[in-house]
Amino acid sequence: MSLRSTARFVAFAAAGLIAFAAQAQDKFIVMSSTTSTEQSGLFGHLLPVFKKASGIDIRVVAQGTGQALDMGRRGDVDIVFVHDQVAEEKFVADGFGIERRPVMYNDFVVIGPKADPAGVKGKDVVEALKKLAASKAEFVSRGDKSGTHAAELRYWKAAGVDIAAAKPAGYKECGCGMGPALNIAASTNAYVLADRGTWLSFKNRADLAILVEGDKRLFNQYGVIVVNPAKHPHVKKDLAQAFADWVVSPAGQQTIADYKIGGEQLFFPNADAR
Amino acid sequence: MSAFAESVRTAVDLILHADAALFRTVVLSLQVSGAACLLAAGFGLAFGAWLSVAHFPGHRALVWALNTLLALPSVVVGLIVYLLLSRSGPLGSWGILFTPTAMVIAQTILVLPVIAALTRQLVGDSLRDGGDQLRSMGARPLLCALLMLVHDRWAVLTILIAAFGRAIAEVGAVMIVGGNIDGVTRVMTTSIALETSKGDLPLAMALGLVLLAVVGVVNLLIGFAQRGHGSALAGVR
Amino acid sequence: MIRMSDVSVRFGEVQALRKVSITIGAGEFVALVGPNGSGKTTLLRAMHGMLRLRGQRVLAPAAARQAMVFQRPFVMRLSVRNNLRLALWLGGVPRVQWNERIAAALARVSLQGLEERPARALSGGQQQRLAIARAWAIQPALLFLDEPTASLDPAAKKEVEALLAGFAADGITLVMSTHNLGQAKRLASRVVYLEDGEIHADLPTAQFFDGGLTGRAQQFLKGEMA
Repeated sequence: MSLRSTARFVAFAAAGLIAFAAQAQDKFIVMSSTTSTEQSGLFGHLLPVFKKASGIDIRVVAQGTGQALDMGRRGDVDIVFVHDQVAEEKFVADGFGIERRPVMYNDFVVIGPKADPAGVKGKDVVEALKKLAASKAEFVSRGDKSGTHAAELRYWKAAGVDIAAAKPAGYKECGCGMGPALNIAASTNAYVLADRGTWLSFKNRADLAILVEGDKRLFNQYGVIVVNPAKHPHVKKDLAQAFADWVVSPAGQQTIADYKIGGEQLFFPNADAR
Repeated sequence: MSAFAESVRTAVDLILHADAALFRTVVLSLQVSGAACLLAAGFGLAFGAWLSVAHFPGHRALVWALNTLLALPSVVVGLIVYLLLSRSGPLGSWGILFTPTAMVIAQTILVLPVIAALTRQLVGDSLRDGGDQLRSMGARPLLCALLMLVHDRWAVLTILIAAFGRAIAEVGAVMIVGGNIDGVTRVMTTSIALETSKGDLPLAMALGLVLLAVVGVVNLLIGFAQRGHGSALAGVR
Repeated sequence: MIRMSDVSVRFGEVQALRKVSITIGAGEFVALVGPNGSGKTTLLRAMHGMLRLRGQRVLAPAAARQAMVFQRPFVMRLSVRNNLRLALWLGGVPRVQWNERIAAALARVSLQGLEERPARALSGGQQQRLAIARAWAIQPALLFLDEPTASLDPAAKKEVEALLAGFAADGITLVMSTHNLGQAKRLASRVVYLEDGEIHADLPTAQFFDGGLTGRAQQFLKGEMA
């Protein structure tokens, strides 16, 4: 390749690469949330409606609840939208968030093999877990400090099982997200605690089905918190507040209720609940 | 096996229907990894060439460190860059976390050792062959090394292809510093990771095949450029 | 042209030159001979300024322009023309003179017409002639050659010898190491015998070959000439 044509090629390539740097900068904020929320498809439905109403773009970084709150603490996001009330309240108490507003809830379900060897089917999650512990059936835990994992540990505790001290035989931690956990359960015919949203979108079901649902304790409350500009002055407080206000407003709440998978509503708005 | 066949079919479908979102994702992957490769080449080729002729106490230690960095996990690079660019970190005021720029930085750091270490070896070997004769013609050691980069330009190209491959195939770094934001920082590998975590394995596989196809096309173009300038074996001594 | 006084060179454990003193005058054609490992190559490199040495190396101003031809030619993966351009550039020759010098150099070594050929596609003998053209193109006053015909076939050898004789006739000072005593006798005006890093004999050619030697040098001559 002659030196001149090489130089021309490099210049052309560089121009193409720099092109993306010159993206239009419209109004946007960064929101941290959880993988299960994103994977449920809620944001794909909710955020375009908000953008139409306000002109604000929301960029969602979806990790586990722990990471989502951590990003808020560091000031790397403008607003946090997760489902772990205890951790959220601590976040606000520590001064990282202005205020926590409840937004909606979805529910967890216990998934397991249709044959149900441990006989857990019913409406009581704590009873179900007691039977699981006794039966030595395979159970997959996300083990990733996510909101789902935290909930799972609470239910075990209520069932009198101390996971940290003595795991039931058949209890396996994958340190992974909801999808991979469901995959493992599907291929090993195991039980798993999942959020309904991910389950409804999950295509690889093999022999699994919902065995326990409807227990009030299985309800999973979501809260939205604007990151505190006192700690991180660069936070786009007004734009973030606009979203926080909208999502608890009648318009926002209705949009949430309108989101369905296969005709089934996933999230139940409850912003008025205090 | 049928899952694999389904993936191939899906991959072909995706390519043929040129889905706009997929196209954007592919272009972003090429841009990020291409930019990282060029940047790393600028620094890495010069550094590797310099390292092949420099003499100073600690030279061996530096080479050892460089070779060890070849095994740098992409996730670790992602973490380091994240902590640097985080608003709570030293470079937070730059405000580039969760943007393609941060991804380019992370991938540049990732492939820089690849380019530098391999260049150092390549240039060193060539200098053993002809360094004396270039010196005798009046070139100072560093210039000799740079001339060897010209002399070995096809091998250098292969090094860059390897670096590009490492960059475009990694997911750990871009996931952490980019955040896999839909439409902004989602690239091929993070899309594959997302579909995998959703349990849609055939789609994940199909995206993987698309990625390979794209890189295959890039290498094809490079191959044509090479062919236009004589096969490697024609009359060479 | 160049005076080396009490020059010693060491490579790690090995003492390659031991307090060697030699003066080369303008226009001379000096052949360095001796067994393997005697220090011929080292002395050449030392004179050319490529090595760190103990002792003194003094150059006459006229000896500023030097070039060296090595036993196995290294040509860049570029065209013949670009290889010469590189030498001219490194040698500080003004760009305007390049085309003329390239043409003259290629003609001199009988490689004209091959400007655009990839240098690596040339035969061994041709590559060595290219290396010589490369050296000659910068118009050196002093030319060092390290066994320049050792890797060539007899025909190529003859061509190169003719070239070197031509250079000497043009007034270029040449210092050449060689294993081939016949070559030394044919071309050189003066022969220097080295053994074990020391000069054991330094005589005009005629004297060197016609009984002027004693001791080790004489044995070497007998052994080589047998």
